[in-house]
Amino acid sequence: MSRALGTLALVGLAMGLVLGFLVAPRELTQGNVQRIMYVHVPAILVAYLAFGVVLIASIVYLVRRVDAADRIAHASAEVGLLYTGINIATGAIWGKPTWGTWWTWDARLTSVSIMFLMYLGYLLLREMVEDRERSARFAAVVGIIAALNMPLVHFSVYWWRTLHQPPSILRPGASALPRVFWMVVLVNVVAFALLYAYFVMKRTRVLAYEAEALA
Amino acid sequence: MTYARRAWIVLWKDAVTERRAKATLNALLFFSLLLLFVFQFTLGADRERLVAALPGLLWLSFVLTGLVGLGRAFLVERENDCWDGLLLAPGDKSAIYLGKVAGNLILMLIVEVILLALFTVFFNVDIGRALPALALILPLGTIGFAAVGTLFAAMTAHVRAREVLFPVLLLPVQVPVLLGAVKATEAALAGESLGAVTPWLQLLVAGDVIYLVAGLLTFDAILES
Repeated sequence: MSRALGTLALVGLAMGLVLGFLVAPRELTQGNVQRIMYVHVPAILVAYLAFGVVLIASIVYLVRRVDAADRIAHASAEVGLLYTGINIATGAIWGKPTWGTWWTWDARLTSVSIMFLMYLGYLLLREMVEDRERSARFAAVVGIIAALNMPLVHFSVYWWRTLHQPPSILRPGASALPRVFWMVVLVNVVAFALLYAYFVMKRTRVLAYEAEALA
Repeated sequence: MTYARRAWIVLWKDAVTERRAKATLNALLFFSLLLLFVFQFTLGADRERLVAALPGLLWLSFVLTGLVGLGRAFLVERENDCWDGLLLAPGDKSAIYLGKVAGNLILMLIVEVILLALFTVFFNVDIGRALPALALILPLGTIGFAAVGTLFAAMTAHVRAREVLFPVLLLPVQVPVLLGAVKATEAALAGESLGAVTPWLQLLVAGDVIYLVAGLLTFDAILES
């Protein structure tokens, strides 16, 4: 199962690379730099998915107290954090030639970095609470609070003056992207999501082994 | 015993302890006075600059005193097996949470009012006209802070490195509340009507409700052991 997932993810990523570099046309104003978006956007979308999974797994853990849910939340948060990091890094690389700066305290940059910090704190909590069962319970609470907090953080986007382009996919109305760009992003979203699932699966298994070894 | 009565008892117990020992309040007041001096030294004697930064400085000092104060909220329970007493209390544990939040809220509001007075005296600012608006903004901003702070304080009471972990967990979560509170305070101090910052006030209310509900629902899982 996990091998199939891994292979699929690999194929998807290869497809995304080919589409992003060879099929998608060079953007007129931004030039080749724009191709970073094919990584930047899918990374954050799958990161949101990952943190959504953390939320659901955390609720399931608090209600049912099944260890598997806790391990999925743990693994998903780690991979989500990785993807958020990729999003922030690619954004900075894109921002330097386009905006003229690596970083700016624009609302969306800020809100994603807050998300990054919240889940960093989440993993830190897991590390610092020694008792496993207690650490699982506490982490579940933080995982829920962090996810509930994200809409509040996200809303600030619309109320703050912002340098970032308005979100091109997650917004009401028609998409602003031409069809080719859309397609490449979509392929990459699927590929990234498959890779995410593969990582979570592997990591969950490692966590289960760890728990077994320590028990 | 009704739910409200149980929450009230927790609040009452904390209030009596605080009134007799005055440990937290005294330390916090002294700490906030020191903060004023630090602001003065680091920003220089330029009054204009201090006044321009006032909304931010106010909330910065509220947050810092809040971090120090709330971090201690559950430490008293670890002495004399009080924690077990709380665990053995019959009925819904969220009543304990509510009592604790109320206690922390009152403590923080007392400190905030005194800080506000200290600011007006030491930095010679006139906030008279903004007082009605601030009377709304301060509690709105503080409820959210106390709600999450109390929850996280109960968690980190068990952790050895709690002094680090508590702010690291609490601060990023508090960003929306802090933003809304600072923006609203800015408008209030500039003499604008609150109508101009309605979205921020709505955000504060939404945050307060979400955090309180989340706290009420999850506190049981934290208190277990």
